[in-house]
Amino acid sequence: MNLLVLLKMVPDVVEELEIASDGAGLDMDVARMALSESDDHALEQALLLKERMGGTLAVLAVDAAEVDDALFTALAKGADRALKVDAGEVAQLGTRALADLLSQVIADGHNLLPVDLILTGTQAIDDLDGLMAPLVAHQLGLPYIAIVIQVTPDPARRVASVVKEYPGGVRGRFEIDLPAVVGIQSAERPPRYVPVAKVRAAMKTQRIETVQAPTLADGGTVLAEVKSMSKPEETGRAEMIEGTPEAASARLCGILAERGLV
Amino acid sequence: MGVSTICPAPAPTAMTLENLFEFPEGRRLLTCLQCGVCVGTCPYGDVMDFPPRRIIAMLRAGMIEKVFQSESLLACVACYACMAKCPRDIRLTEVLLPLMKEQALLRMPELPGELQKALQNTLRYGNPMGESSRKRAAWVKTAGVPIRIFQENPAPADVLWFVECYTSYYPRGQDCSRATARLFHALGVDYAILGNEEKCAGECGRLTWEPGLFETLMDYNMAVFQKYRFGRVVTSCPHAHNAFKNRYTSIGFGYELDHTTPFLGRQLDRLRPLLKRRLDAKVTYHDSCCLGRQNEFYDAPRELLRAIPGVKLVEMTHNRVNSICCGGGGGGMWLDTYFKSRGMERLSERRVKEAAATGADVLAVSCPYEISRFEDALKVLGFEKQLRVRDVTELLAESMEG
Repeated sequence: MNLLVLLKMVPDVVEELEIASDGAGLDMDVARMALSESDDHALEQALLLKERMGGTLAVLAVDAAEVDDALFTALAKGADRALKVDAGEVAQLGTRALADLLSQVIADGHNLLPVDLILTGTQAIDDLDGLMAPLVAHQLGLPYIAIVIQVTPDPARRVASVVKEYPGGVRGRFEIDLPAVVGIQSAERPPRYVPVAKVRAAMKTQRIETVQAPTLADGGTVLAEVKSMSKPEETGRAEMIEGTPEAASARLCGILAERGLV
Repeated sequence: MGVSTICPAPAPTAMTLENLFEFPEGRRLLTCLQCGVCVGTCPYGDVMDFPPRRIIAMLRAGMIEKVFQSESLLACVACYACMAKCPRDIRLTEVLLPLMKEQALLRMPELPGELQKALQNTLRYGNPMGESSRKRAAWVKTAGVPIRIFQENPAPADVLWFVECYTSYYPRGQDCSRATARLFHALGVDYAILGNEEKCAGECGRLTWEPGLFETLMDYNMAVFQKYRFGRVVTSCPHAHNAFKNRYTSIGFGYELDHTTPFLGRQLDRLRPLLKRRLDAKVTYHDSCCLGRQNEFYDAPRELLRAIPGVKLVEMTHNRVNSICCGGGGGGMWLDTYFKSRGMERLSERRVKEAAATGADVLAVSCPYEISRFEDALKVLGFEKQLRVRDVTELLAESMEG
């Protein structure tokens, strides 16, 4: 099995997000980048498949702050190769341009082909539409399925059995031809822990292959341009009712009566 | 772009489980009498398949791999009880258990989820709860007294106050920090803090399976220390104190070092006249593992408490060297769900029962882990009306007001 996982760094929502001065995007100088959570699940699923079936596992990401940590962590967990695309001003790339870029890097060789399965997260916080996997599949002319929670390849028959989640706990089983692009909703088990010592060792003994970004046919034209971005309005209408239990319950009854709720 | 949280590995640390017997501390294991005092004193000795005595026996018999197939090491709360009682002075908690845990981590198929999250958070955000590293000093503006942050004013200070995680983020921990700030202010201590530049000192990294995490934090904090000038480090966290004293010194930590409680204890003559308000409380003091067994700071907290007008000090059955761990050390802070799933009694509950039995109104502590653990246990056991948990600094600050 040749496995490829597409990883992406997204703004870390633990840290405050600020709107940039042009009002049409995030201030990327303030944002801190973290590996997209469902990409981490895609990596875990790929590691499980590699452990079960053997083969090679490569991870591919576009350069971003802290991406080296994510790539070395993937190597420490058991990935064989880590590739980083140097694309300059990556913050400007939308999902479509990013998908074009990664597809072209895959198609250009870099020993990533032939590949049996390309895994990535179903969604990312900056791609709630979940367009990444289908766009990559389209560019490479491969079948695609997403919101997947289980993948069982059968290399001899060149197919994989996959389980896709539907609302209400309903699950569907599909068989897709390989090679394919699969969007992972969650891995079979939570992403594993890798001791920091192993990551530090990977930093010493392994390397990240840097790939120059190919020139995109349409120059990465943004089709849907963000006009403005804003934070949610703060309303602050919560009222804390204080005082003795009697006074507080009288006040509470008053409020309910005032609003015609009782 | 290369902003990196993890720095590459330094030369490998000298002692490993394989070459243990080449070192004097390791060879000491060969003198083990197999007397079992360590098992008897271990708060979870009864639930471990391989308590310390058996680990030593397995190591000597070349059967150590068998220990890693059990879950015994997860139950070690790094409380130093086995080490304190060993008649052969074998440095179990300092030498053997960290090496065992390090190897256990590498072999464990799955780490309990809460512990994994805490370790990942500590690496990424510098605190186990996963709060923003940029909000570490947010509590400062609620202190009521001025607090200097080195980054804003790098002038030399006598004291660097290393606040630590729970004391920076956890609301009840922030209460201790506010109390400490008021005490420092009243005593005229010339101090500054690192603010958002500070990250967890990492002691629970080392004794919680993760030497690589510990070394990353140690390298980071030492680099920050070197940016500023100060003569003494005072920390609110006994675990940080432990890390600085026993590990940071190996990479050049040469500052004077104190935990807040003994630091204040030494200034009791100046503090005493400020303690004007009577508290009229019966107080029992819980000796934290790192301050007590590890550093023998038994008297300073008690002297401070006795200096508060109206405080009557009573002792629990297990006190001083016999104190029972709150269950938070060695990763236990993030293993409550795991302990529960194995039907193990929470040590904080065992401890709180003892405290309640003394008839005290206040359970006094001096480690930031204990407040959350004991307050939780009080609620679980229904003692929350009878007993309050207060840090020694909180009681001192309370007595200073009015």
